[in-house]
Amino acid sequence: MSNGLLNPPVGPADHILGPTHAPVTLLEYGDYECPHCGRAHAVLQTVLSGLEEQVRFIFRNFPLAEVHPHAQVGAEAAESVAAHGGNDAFWTMHDTLFENQDALELDDLLEYALAAGVEPALVSGDLTSGAMTSRVRKDFRSGIRSGVNGTPTFFVNGRRFSGNWTDPIAFAAALHEAARAGTPAAR
Amino acid sequence: MTDTQASRLVPVGSTAPDLELRSAPDQTTRLTSFRGRPVVLVFYPADWSPVCGDQVALYNEMWREFEDYNAQLLGISVDGAWCHRAFAEARKLRFPLLADFEPKGHVSRRYGAYREKDGFSERALFVIDADGLVRWNYLSPIGVNPGADGIFEALESLSPEQRGQATSSTGKVKNS
Repeated sequence: MSNGLLNPPVGPADHILGPTHAPVTLLEYGDYECPHCGRAHAVLQTVLSGLEEQVRFIFRNFPLAEVHPHAQVGAEAAESVAAHGGNDAFWTMHDTLFENQDALELDDLLEYALAAGVEPALVSGDLTSGAMTSRVRKDFRSGIRSGVNGTPTFFVNGRRFSGNWTDPIAFAAALHEAARAGTPAAR
Repeated sequence: MTDTQASRLVPVGSTAPDLELRSAPDQTTRLTSFRGRPVVLVFYPADWSPVCGDQVALYNEMWREFEDYNAQLLGISVDGAWCHRAFAEARKLRFPLLADFEPKGHVSRRYGAYREKDGFSERALFVIDADGLVRWNYLSPIGVNPGADGIFEALESLSPEQRGQATSSTGKVKNS
């Protein structure tokens, strides 16, 4: 259905990992409890470490909360850590969530927040008040607009990526190609 | 999908054919009972098949968005009411699934969304406004989850009247 374009494009509210002016912008819509996203996370660790100067990576929340009971709270906890601890803390939390997909209860989340350098009481407060709910929902809605129909869905330089992400070699090759092609960054 | 196939769908601007189908073993649902609010009709091939599962699961995640647009989502396939019940319970669905079961596919045919050679519904989407007019339609390739961006745009483009959300001078919402 979709024209395959990211909507809205990457902006200041997004969490960005990697060099600002990298030739390739890779964006994922993901869910912290989705097993496919867990697999993609492992693949990305390999792919991104080999393309450090070439790729900036962005993560937007697309929690499938009706099928994954911890997806929404996980996403809110990560956003809370970002709000209180900044970008580095967010990425630490992000990695921890994907590496511990079978332990996403409240106590676990607060422990991970502490490990990322954020006072657990702040995160707990945000989860109780729903302070991060609208932020997560905004990501979800942007995913709908961009034609996301499941997780994970990737966009490369603002265009939906329909290639193979399950194989690190194939995925890295596709990103190399995007860097070489120098497609202008996301609209 | 070809243009010919897509052109068989009930066209935009026409009145959506009324339908009354079983939505539970002991209950029927009628389209005209939703007059006053938009309806999103989702024809899909079968309960339990993987792509439909993803499509249905996605729409199920969007219940807040459908609520914002005052819209009612209805799924339709040729599966029977008991099958729908098991599927809906397994996926914790928040919207009704209608059984186009007897005579098989007759509503899907009326909407131009039946695959004669396969004996099940197409993967077709309709957005119907508060007055019962088709405002948007889409025929997806059978194996592709069409996502929800088209539905979203169609609902967004409806006027408050077409959504049944027009406010009177006192600010009270009509038709709610």
